[in-house]
Amino acid sequence: MQSSVPTTPGLGNILMLVMARDLRLAVRHWDQVLQPLMFFVIVTTLFPLAISPALDELRRIAPGVLWVAAMLASLLALESLFRPDVEDGTMEQWVLSGQPLSLLLLAKTATHWLLTGLPLVLMAPIVGTALGMPQSVWPVLAATLALGTGSLSILGAIGAALTVSVRRGSVLLALLVLPLEMPVLIFGARAVDLAMHGEPVAGPLNLLVALLLFFVSLGPFAMAAAMRISVES
Amino acid sequence: MWLWFHKLSSPPYAYRTVGLMRPWLFWPAILLMIVGAFGGLVLAPEDYQQKDAFRIIYVHVPSASLSLMVYVVMAVAAAVGVIWRIKLAHAVAAACAPIGAWFTVATLVTGSIYGKPMWGTWWEWDPRLTSELILLFLYLGYMALRASFDDTQRADRASAILAIVGVVNVPIVKYSVVWWNSLHQGPSISKLAAPSIEGSMLWPLLTMMLAFILYFGAVLCDRLRGEILRRERNASWLSESIASS
Amino acid sequence: MLAQVAATSPQPQLEARAVHLWRGEKHLLRGVSFALYSGELLQVVGPNGVGKTSLLRCVAGLLPTESGEILWQGQQLPDGRDEFHRELAYLAHVNGLKSDLTALENLRFGVAVRRAVATEELREILQLLHVEACADLPVRALSAGQKRRVALARIMLTRASLWILDEPITNLDKAGIALFEARIAEHMRAGGMILTAAHQLLLQGQPGVRTLELR
Repeated sequence: MQSSVPTTPGLGNILMLVMARDLRLAVRHWDQVLQPLMFFVIVTTLFPLAISPALDELRRIAPGVLWVAAMLASLLALESLFRPDVEDGTMEQWVLSGQPLSLLLLAKTATHWLLTGLPLVLMAPIVGTALGMPQSVWPVLAATLALGTGSLSILGAIGAALTVSVRRGSVLLALLVLPLEMPVLIFGARAVDLAMHGEPVAGPLNLLVALLLFFVSLGPFAMAAAMRISVES
Repeated sequence: MWLWFHKLSSPPYAYRTVGLMRPWLFWPAILLMIVGAFGGLVLAPEDYQQKDAFRIIYVHVPSASLSLMVYVVMAVAAAVGVIWRIKLAHAVAAACAPIGAWFTVATLVTGSIYGKPMWGTWWEWDPRLTSELILLFLYLGYMALRASFDDTQRADRASAILAIVGVVNVPIVKYSVVWWNSLHQGPSISKLAAPSIEGSMLWPLLTMMLAFILYFGAVLCDRLRGEILRRERNASWLSESIASS
Repeated sequence: MLAQVAATSPQPQLEARAVHLWRGEKHLLRGVSFALYSGELLQVVGPNGVGKTSLLRCVAGLLPTESGEILWQGQQLPDGRDEFHRELAYLAHVNGLKSDLTALENLRFGVAVRRAVATEELREILQLLHVEACADLPVRALSAGQKRRVALARIMLTRASLWILDEPITNLDKAGIALFEARIAEHMRAGGMILTAAHQLLLQGQPGVRTLELR
């Protein structure tokens, strides 16, 4: 028999491998990283134009606007998560690799968050200031968005895995994922709002942490099951 | 017991059995609805605060409970279909979705009608109505996902994953909506809370609840038979039974 | 040589029994059965649309069957699926290569998921398939034939015993086909098994080469 006992790489090695590959691919396609970020900025710009240039009025709605814009930007970014790999056949090679698919997909989602979610977290304080948000709120804003976009990435990845083989499935993806993401929006936007009024944010912040842990532990299995169905044909 | 269950998973047997069950669910449901409606609309006394307006809870509350119950039934059926590879379970899940969606719509409409005399507006973002709205989106998303797959088997399995993810998220959504609402008006009850219920008001509510459950069963039987027909339309047993009838 | 191999492994390594598959309305595979022993090449033939690709995908475990069994080393497939996949290398119509990565990077990331591999080994295989010049070029700059050879390199590098290859020689020129036939003959000699679907028969008339016709 030709096959020797291969030295199967450990789980940590696999995670590093997936991250290295996706980061390398992202470096060669900067536009895919920048576009969701630009969308985020443009959408937040729509609100002063639509409502009022007065910072007092904008300040009141700033947490909500930032969070909704982040949700929509993260939805757009999901297009680049799985579709390229499914189309060129590399995803089905992962399904057939004998390694836990849930782990491979979680690693991919985490890398995707680094490339699309983290920039939002860093850009939000700047955009928030443009909407009249005080600097004192920046830490809470960054923390809630970091935790929240993580949950959004996981829920989005489940939806993306379900719809990746559906032609023109981006709107369907939004319909499936947005209702599931509403709790994250509620807790995140509320936390920033509380911070703006100087009130304690431990409650919603802890809920965001709990949600993230919950989705990280169970989400990958749903992703893997959905992906196996999507790569069938 | 297992043998019957296994037999039930064969489409012709299920088709016949479910057809036989249907009248036993439908007529008691209608009867209970008449009794419950009479009890609720005529016999129960006026509420002290809400006068006659509260009577809509006899439709609103059962609708709301059922909209949630049907989602759970749908998710459980989908899970059974995926774990034990029983196609009939997938047919049950597919049949449940539109029924549950309609119950959600009924809850929203009756909630709106209930609210008008109380709040003066047709809509308020109160916890129950908001979470029912999100539940409606979950139902519609499920049906949209099903429709986007040409192959029924793939549609079954993909939507099963969505249903399971959804049912796990429903408690989270409900909790978050209640939390969100409570921040704006202090720890108060839903504006649509039923008035303090006493005996003569309670039994019609329970009767209507049971009536709605039986009605759901009857409509499920109808839809399930339709699903079976659609899925088995090329099967020999169907053409044989049509030829013989 | 092959008789010796057959004697040492009398049990079929890969077996399919009465596999049925529906594609939407169409009853595509009707009770397909076969057995594959060490050192054999089984070629699935038939007209377009008869289900060759679907059969290969069912055996690989990508497509669930309606009924029937697929056994690997005697064990029915849903159990022991991961071990089966570690012994399997699958080549689809698409190459499974990222067009923005170089050939070498593709091989490295593609194989390292399954086993640790050194860069020298990657270059060696590329040399064997006469595409060593492509090693540091992004895959999108390669011709279709060169891409196919890089994809074949990946198959060879996995060191899997079962190769499932769907139309492996598409886009290959005569030299490429000859190289490819030499490689699969080598794999068979070492006791490996190959299941292919192709319009053109490979290694015709050689011992250990059988065909399965689908109608």
